[in-house]
Amino acid sequence: MAEETKFEPKIVAFLCNWCTYAGADLAGTGRNQYQANVRVIKLPCTGGIDPLFLIKAFERGADGILVSGCHPGDCHYNSGNYHARRRWNVFRPLLEFCGINPERIQFSWISAAEGGKWVETINGVVDTVRALGPFEGYQKINTIGPDASSESSQT
Amino acid sequence: MGKKIGVFVCHCGTNISATVDVEKVAEETKKNNPGVSYTTTYKYMCSDPGQKLLRDKIKEEGLTGVVIAACSPKMHEHTFRNAAIKSGLNPYHVEISNIREQCSWVHPDKPVGTEKSTDLVRMMTEKVRKDKSLKPIKVHVTKRALIIGGGIAGIQAALDIADGGHEVIMVEREASIGGHMAQLSETFPTLDCSQCIMTPKMVEAAQHDNITMHTWSEIESITGYLGNFDVKIRKKARSVDLDLCTGCSSCWQVCPCKKIKSEFDMGLANRTAIYIPFPQAIPSKPVIDRENCILFKDARKKNIKPNDSKVCRKCIDACPIAPVKAIDYNQEDEIIDVKVGAIIVATGFRELEDGLYGEYGGGKYEDVITGMQFERLASASGPTDGKIKRPSDGKEPEIVVFIQCVGSRDPSKGCSYCSKTCCMYTAKHTMLYKHKVHHGHAFVFYIDIRCAGKGYEEFSQRAIEEEGATYLRGRVSRVYKKGDKLIVLGADTLTGSVVEIEADMVVLASAMKAQDDAEQFAQKLSIQYDKDKFFSEMHPKLKPVESSSAGIFLAGTCQGPKDIPETVAQAGAAASKVLALLSSDELEREPVVARVDRQLPPVFSTCIGCFYCQKVCPYSAIESEDIKARDGSVIKTVARVNEGLCQGCGLCAATCRSKSIELDGFNDEQIYAEINAVEFN
Amino acid sequence: MQIKEKTRIGYYPGCAITMGSSSEEYGTSVLRVAEAIGPELEEIHDWNCCGASSAHATNHKLSTALSIRNISLAEQSGFKEILAPCPMCSQRLIISQKDVADDEELKKDVEDAIEMPCNGDVKILNYLELIKNYCMDEIAEKRKKTPKDLKIASYYGCLLLRPPKVLQFDDPENPTSMEEIVEATGAISVDWELKTNCCGGGFTLSRTDIVLKLTNDILECAVDAGADAIAVACPMCHANLDMRQKKIEKEYNRKFNIPIVYISELIGLALDLGPISLGLNKHFIDTESVVNAFA
Repeated sequence: MAEETKFEPKIVAFLCNWCTYAGADLAGTGRNQYQANVRVIKLPCTGGIDPLFLIKAFERGADGILVSGCHPGDCHYNSGNYHARRRWNVFRPLLEFCGINPERIQFSWISAAEGGKWVETINGVVDTVRALGPFEGYQKINTIGPDASSESSQT
Repeated sequence: MGKKIGVFVCHCGTNISATVDVEKVAEETKKNNPGVSYTTTYKYMCSDPGQKLLRDKIKEEGLTGVVIAACSPKMHEHTFRNAAIKSGLNPYHVEISNIREQCSWVHPDKPVGTEKSTDLVRMMTEKVRKDKSLKPIKVHVTKRALIIGGGIAGIQAALDIADGGHEVIMVEREASIGGHMAQLSETFPTLDCSQCIMTPKMVEAAQHDNITMHTWSEIESITGYLGNFDVKIRKKARSVDLDLCTGCSSCWQVCPCKKIKSEFDMGLANRTAIYIPFPQAIPSKPVIDRENCILFKDARKKNIKPNDSKVCRKCIDACPIAPVKAIDYNQEDEIIDVKVGAIIVATGFRELEDGLYGEYGGGKYEDVITGMQFERLASASGPTDGKIKRPSDGKEPEIVVFIQCVGSRDPSKGCSYCSKTCCMYTAKHTMLYKHKVHHGHAFVFYIDIRCAGKGYEEFSQRAIEEEGATYLRGRVSRVYKKGDKLIVLGADTLTGSVVEIEADMVVLASAMKAQDDAEQFAQKLSIQYDKDKFFSEMHPKLKPVESSSAGIFLAGTCQGPKDIPETVAQAGAAASKVLALLSSDELEREPVVARVDRQLPPVFSTCIGCFYCQKVCPYSAIESEDIKARDGSVIKTVARVNEGLCQGCGLCAATCRSKSIELDGFNDEQIYAEINAVEFN
Repeated sequence: MQIKEKTRIGYYPGCAITMGSSSEEYGTSVLRVAEAIGPELEEIHDWNCCGASSAHATNHKLSTALSIRNISLAEQSGFKEILAPCPMCSQRLIISQKDVADDEELKKDVEDAIEMPCNGDVKILNYLELIKNYCMDEIAEKRKKTPKDLKIASYYGCLLLRPPKVLQFDDPENPTSMEEIVEATGAISVDWELKTNCCGGGFTLSRTDIVLKLTNDILECAVDAGADAIAVACPMCHANLDMRQKKIEKEYNRKFNIPIVYISELIGLALDLGPISLGLNKHFIDTESVVNAFA
């Protein structure tokens, strides 16, 4: 079984400190297992996430990204998650335009009480990205130069 | 310029080391991260010797940055940063790598966990490299507390704080303080009369020099932050001037609207349209119920000012106050502003709505009543003067069936939790009933008897053994009316038989639920709440009275079902937290705040003055600042962050078009360092 | 005028109401009403037992396979919906459908056993659901008779509503769909207490004493609430209340003589379909008073 080197996607998760980070902690407290492909970066609020962070993560070899914060209405900072959502709505078409499959970035609301949802979400993201295959867009830019074909042509 | 970074990997007993090879993590980290000058592992980093190790090594190794790979930063970030301070290291050079909650506990495969831990540590190491020294922000403390809710929790907390020498503003939305406790007949497990122990406290609160009371008032908005909250209170139009009114009762004696169900008596008695909720009300001055008053109804219909209506002016005519009457029909809501340093939320609960249990005839049959209604029946000051009479025909019920867990522990009705008080108050009800109706018989249907508390078990045993209440373990499937009897169909699961009881009255031990508007209220205060809309404490064990927002505390049943002793204890705890907070003139706050780039001479500020940041800031913390030339002329206007108001969400930093705003503790450099360190494979 | 195509629905009679069985008047009246106001009911070809009673008490897989075979047959005939007027059948079919959807392994075993695939996208309707979804307007439109002062107690029993999590039909504690239909026929619906109580169901032969007690409560409650007749939508309820009524009267020493009618018969009477063709002559308790009310 182990001989075949299976593609293991690399996921970077940007989490807000108050809801999803605490939800991920809760999953730990409950010993709810999930796939180990995720590396978490904690920020105070999803509203403080610069889209360039996400691009940078892709550049560094991530195959998928999760951005997760408080449920609408529950933001610790009142409205940060709404701004994050709006920013995402603008950013998504830009990704598509750049040839990055928007499926690679997922956006979710997970509260501090939703350890189970964190597990489901992470497993979901890992499985989705595993199905999409490795993200090679940036690697090609780096190795082949400006002619590298965009990802959308391969999927 | 490179930092000397020390990495301390915690075993956490075996919590981490069972699924993460901590030695390997330390080794790899040292090997692959230039700048990491010291690594070690330790059994319990958070223990005293563990902290000592950290303190000693900072000094011995001259560390300028520290990564602790251990449990969640929510647990011990504070602990380790404090330890660093003791060794002279700025605490913001200490970062926690969460390899327990987010690694060892969730990934059972040791090689996988080890690899992930190594990654997580590397990411934090890179962040530490970019960490800057930050100074805690000092904020001024307004030495005044706001208590929202005037039930026993609010009153207790108010008295404790007021006795501690600080001003207290109390806001109660009903016309009188007292809350649910004022409605109770006698209290378990001592059976002392609730009014007798409650009213002196109410009076004490009302007369306390340090307490300002706003009844018939609600919170309009709360802004600001720990130590400096700005509160707007809506004083609803009472139609009665509290300064002029003497509470002489002339007005409500003449009021012709006498058929309004009394909220205080749970609908078992009537009140007038101008009324005081109950005789011991505080303030003992009436309010006009504008929904039901015929004068206001007329004014609404004709669309005229209430004072212009001539339908009924009996109360104002009866008012003996002269020359200006104490009643003012045209009174309007008034908004007042107060500044407080801390807030206690004590907004209480409500009883499960009637009618949710159609199968028990709740809300349909008069003689199926709730626990709270039984309290009013049994109360000496209640509608029956304490005689147990059933509502439909005033007959003394000879067989009463008490049903426990109506709503509680029933996920199908939306309450999966235990309301905690019902076992005890049902036992109390059976006693009160037996004391008043000696030949009567009480049946109790229960799921489990949960009487954990001092003297509680003995109390419920007394109800069973000495007072002869028949306890049946099982649920009731249906209550229906047959003639003037109520047929209760249930099961006795201990004998495995079906039970059918012809009862005269049925009492439902209804669940305690969060207030209807709890959700909106929590959003108004930016505090978190749980799935049942009870407000969430900061930590279920270690921070039981703190809400998720600094400076806002919780007391009583707004946080979850509890009985009177527990409520009083929690109120006292919340009050002591507030007192501690108000004891200092200034507070230190985490310096995680945004800053507009000003390192360059002002004129070169990269801020372009678009003020997009101002639009997104939830705290109005962005101010404008003029950069002036020597002659005083304005060169340009740029943004500036008010540190006191900023809560550190980073919205402005992400929005800034010229990258002129940085969030201290999470600046771009730090985040990029973390991302760059992700480095898969 | 009728341009829109009639909806085709698979008709699953089951053992109790099919022609020649104990409750055939339910089946007959359902079909007669459907002929009059639609939708088009088409019997599922080669249907078999739904797997109720003995099968589901002894062998879960067998009872599931029996149910699923009927659903798969309907699927193959292109039906999107199945009507099972007997609530025992509709409940069995729905539960089996859910069991198979939840359990991949069971699904495979069942598919092997019945040698047919089951996709699970057929919706199973009980009779009240069918009427509510398709016929309320038609009843109002084509009603020919209005009963005079006929008070009906709607009796649901258990199988139409329980287990609520699976069946998800109406409020399990206080359902109202049958009352709505009763009122559409022009009868007056009485408010009474025991509309969802147990009739004794499967104990009808083994523990008649229990059945007599339970049914006595139901009859007493309905009569005391002023009902002239009880409407049912279940052959089990009907059997226990109608067939056993004389015995109940003897046991508890109270005369009821209250007709127990199927809701389909009531609709049929309102549409003036003729009492005999609806099977109203096949009851133990004389239904004349109900028939006459529609005169």
